[in-house]
Amino acid sequence: MSATTLSAAGAIPGPAKDLRVSEALGRSRHRRNMIVKALCFAATAIGLLFLASILATLVWRGMAGLSLTVFTTSTLPPGSNGGLLNAIVGSLIQTLIGAAIGTPIGLMVGTYLAEYARDSALGNSVRFVSDVLLSAPSILIGLFVYQLVVNPFNGFSAIAGCLALAVIVIPIVVRTTEDMLRLIPATLREAVIGLGAPKWKMITLVCYRAAREGIMTGVLLAIARVAGETAPLLFTSLGNLNWSTDLTKPMASLPVTIYQYAGSAFQDWIDLAWAGALLITLGVLAINIIARLVLRRGV
Amino acid sequence: MSVTTHPSHGLGALKTSPTEDLNTAKIAMRGLDFFYGDNRALKGIALDFPNRQVTGLIGPSGCGKSTLLRVLNRMYDLYPGQRATGEAMMDGINLIGDDVDVNALRARVGMVFQKPTPFPMTIYDNIAFGVKLHEKLSKAAMDERVEWCLTRSALWGEAKDRLHTSAMGLSGGQQQRLCIARTIAVRPEVILLDEPTSALDPISTLKIEELIDELKSDFTIAIVTHNMQQAARCADQVAFFYLGEMVECAPAAQLFTAPREKRTQEYVTGRFG
Repeated sequence: MSATTLSAAGAIPGPAKDLRVSEALGRSRHRRNMIVKALCFAATAIGLLFLASILATLVWRGMAGLSLTVFTTSTLPPGSNGGLLNAIVGSLIQTLIGAAIGTPIGLMVGTYLAEYARDSALGNSVRFVSDVLLSAPSILIGLFVYQLVVNPFNGFSAIAGCLALAVIVIPIVVRTTEDMLRLIPATLREAVIGLGAPKWKMITLVCYRAAREGIMTGVLLAIARVAGETAPLLFTSLGNLNWSTDLTKPMASLPVTIYQYAGSAFQDWIDLAWAGALLITLGVLAINIIARLVLRRGV
Repeated sequence: MSVTTHPSHGLGALKTSPTEDLNTAKIAMRGLDFFYGDNRALKGIALDFPNRQVTGLIGPSGCGKSTLLRVLNRMYDLYPGQRATGEAMMDGINLIGDDVDVNALRARVGMVFQKPTPFPMTIYDNIAFGVKLHEKLSKAAMDERVEWCLTRSALWGEAKDRLHTSAMGLSGGQQQRLCIARTIAVRPEVILLDEPTSALDPISTLKIEELIDELKSDFTIAIVTHNMQQAARCADQVAFFYLGEMVECAPAAQLFTAPREKRTQEYVTGRFG
């Protein structure tokens, strides 16, 4: 085929391609790529630097305060070699009960949003409110429960603390449950429905199973989040310097104890506060690692 | 969880039923229209699925052949804004009537989809899931049912040693045969196959085609396919769809060699589509 027939058939319009221009453009693109890359590395380094210094300080000071008595003795007056046993147990109790209350509610709301109210006006409002709650300052939730439970009934109690933590757990579980259920392809849903299954069986027997890992990850992350919450507990379970597992009485917790001890004038209390901070961090780290393992197994 | 409209014949009775003539229509559609919102996707379809025969549905993308299957087991009920009008009679019942028990209907008219969709559970439970929806069986009877339908879907040999492992670990072709097994496990009368082999390799495709041939002794089958060789191989009669209309329906050999309609001829010879 000759050149004339080519142009007649409609050659590429405009001037011929100049390879020198192409090369120059390539070089400039390469330069800009290197600059952006360097900026990204620098930003990451700055972030990691702060994180590493926080962790290093925490481990350094926390290890100094950590000893066996931390786990075997409750909080005692300054100078009497006290521990954190009541705070550790209090934190475990309140976190677990809070998660136990918040998880089923969040699961059901998330299911409602994903399965029954995808585009309805009510669904959209519930979703909006839940998202607002997700980012609401936790001290507001503490005040809310204070007004609702602590004030009308007989004062500060562990159960009020559990409720405040549950209110924080709910929107997290709602969001992850809805997201995970929405990821389930329509083809799988149709296959279940196509066998003659009613919708509720599709949700409980197949969708929950398909989304199990994701939903569990959400619950674990919610637990990790509330395990470190201080503000909502200040107005609800208050803290308790003595050993107590009575849910109707004030109860100690690690974050509140850290808050009280870290601001005190006594060196042994300050050391215990560091130890407590290290324990919470390690606990949250462990939960996060478990969550990641659960999610990875799911994929 | 029993379904009253499901005929209670045993597995053996399914095989030979002299009263049912092969040429009677299992499903008879007349003036069947379907709408996605305001868009009329099926236009006055008149078509019969003969009893215990394979009907192939062919036509270019968007011609309404998959839509027709989704009408027949009421999959469109899931989506607001979709509706069907007209008649699709099966044993004297209009399938698209408002008073039909949809879940019981879906047990009688089963569907297999384009992409294999194993449930996230064991192979055994994948099959037991559908059966439990409609029947109460003892453990032994359930074991027997699982073996029966896995054998019928040519998967028993590969699956019998791993019944209690996850179905997600099967290959694509095995998963699709599991989906067919799952569908026949609830003992439907009609099986709708929506491009069942389009996501499979040639060997798996061959197995599924052999399976269709084997299953038609018991079930009335409709298969949507883009592959005309497949339609010619599998189907007793073939219907050609174009732009929401059923253009022509004829025995497979006739439709591919001597179609009456010009549009059919152009499509089967590869002129368009």
